[in-house]
Amino acid sequence: MTSRTVEIWVGLFVVAGIAAMFMLAMQVSNLGTFSSGEGYEIEARFEDASGLKVRSPVTMAGVTLGRVTNISFDGKSYQAVVTMNIEKQYNQLPAGTSANIYTAGLLGEKYVGLLPGSAADPCEDEKLQAELEGRKPDLQGLDCKPQHLAQGSKIQLTQGSLVLEKLIAQFVSSFMDNKEKTKNK
Amino acid sequence: MKLDPIRNLGHSGLSFFQRLGRGNILFVNILRGSPALLLRPGLLIQQVYSVGVLSLLIIFVSGLFVGMVLGLQGYNTLVKFGAEESLGVVVALSLVRELGPVVAGLLFAGRAGSALTAEIGLMKATEQLSAMEMMAVDPVRRVLTPRFLAGFISMPLLAAIFSAVGVLGGYFVGVGLLGVDEGAYWSQIQANVDFDDDIINGVIKSVVFGVVITWIAVFEGYDAIPTSEGVSRATTRTVVHSSLAVLGLDFILTALMFGE
Repeated sequence: MTSRTVEIWVGLFVVAGIAAMFMLAMQVSNLGTFSSGEGYEIEARFEDASGLKVRSPVTMAGVTLGRVTNISFDGKSYQAVVTMNIEKQYNQLPAGTSANIYTAGLLGEKYVGLLPGSAADPCEDEKLQAELEGRKPDLQGLDCKPQHLAQGSKIQLTQGSLVLEKLIAQFVSSFMDNKEKTKNK
Repeated sequence: MKLDPIRNLGHSGLSFFQRLGRGNILFVNILRGSPALLLRPGLLIQQVYSVGVLSLLIIFVSGLFVGMVLGLQGYNTLVKFGAEESLGVVVALSLVRELGPVVAGLLFAGRAGSALTAEIGLMKATEQLSAMEMMAVDPVRRVLTPRFLAGFISMPLLAAIFSAVGVLGGYFVGVGLLGVDEGAYWSQIQANVDFDDDIINGVIKSVVFGVVITWIAVFEGYDAIPTSEGVSRATTRTVVHSSLAVLGLDFILTALMFGE
């Protein structure tokens, strides 16, 4: 075997190895689908974020728009603070969007589902309010455009995870109540 | 004498630590010789050929069949729970995290490690290494360093090829034969395999295995008793010790990487 053929074979070997690593990185892992840093962060507070994990998907209409980047606990309000990264091409989400924690399938992963709300602009609100109160609308310092979620926005309407034990406990207690009521009658 | 058993114990303990010390000194000498190798890359390329390229076939075929078997077995279990869509995750995670580095390491120990030991041992038995020393050529730098570095380079590449071919093998069986949805196979993989946690850790494992296997192989050859029997024993020891080292280290590395 001449050294030229050896060198060609070694070159092919190295290329094949690197191609395999590249394939594992792009095709097999989440690196190809996950664009980190590209986007904006929004925040939502939940009464219960059990089961949600960092990197859980954030979806709207079943399409993944981003990922959960951080979950922390607010010691003052006793709520879970969930930070989410939304990809930058989805920058038209209305400000009134609500966030819910859902379960994929019966035993599946938890994910954050966003429901679009109104993108009402504050001028319209102020005009309505003024009309009701019978005064002149004060549009000073108000941004007369439809409001969208942007970097640092906070989602106001949230619904936390449903924990199976809680549901069962609720069901059992209401069942017992009904039983007692019928007994008393 | 009554003290003989204790004396034997002490003797074997001492010789164990002597071998360990010689192995460590050799390791340091090999590393110290590696910068000089930059001046003669041809030596390294020759060794990457015999250590890496010639192992390609067994790695390729084993990877394909391991992936195909994982696809079959995983499907039969998952279909009971109606979760056959997760087949891709089962195949990809077991390959990338465990089977890729470990099985490629065991095959590498059998295919390349034994050949390295036999070659170096025979060089010693036929006094080629002594002849080099007579010519003021350091056999550690001339013979051992290129072989060690070739193993260090080849092993991660072989493990990556093993995992990639295995995932494709699982794809052929799962999607082609058993009718798992093609989109679900890949999207489930992409959703559940993490680049940092799974792929990088797998690569780290394969680098560690590559270092340990070639170190053991090179040391056993260099330390072999220069007779035909000694060389054959050294070759056996290489395969046994490096396989045990791969399995033991795999447990330790897994505990460090994936343990909470």
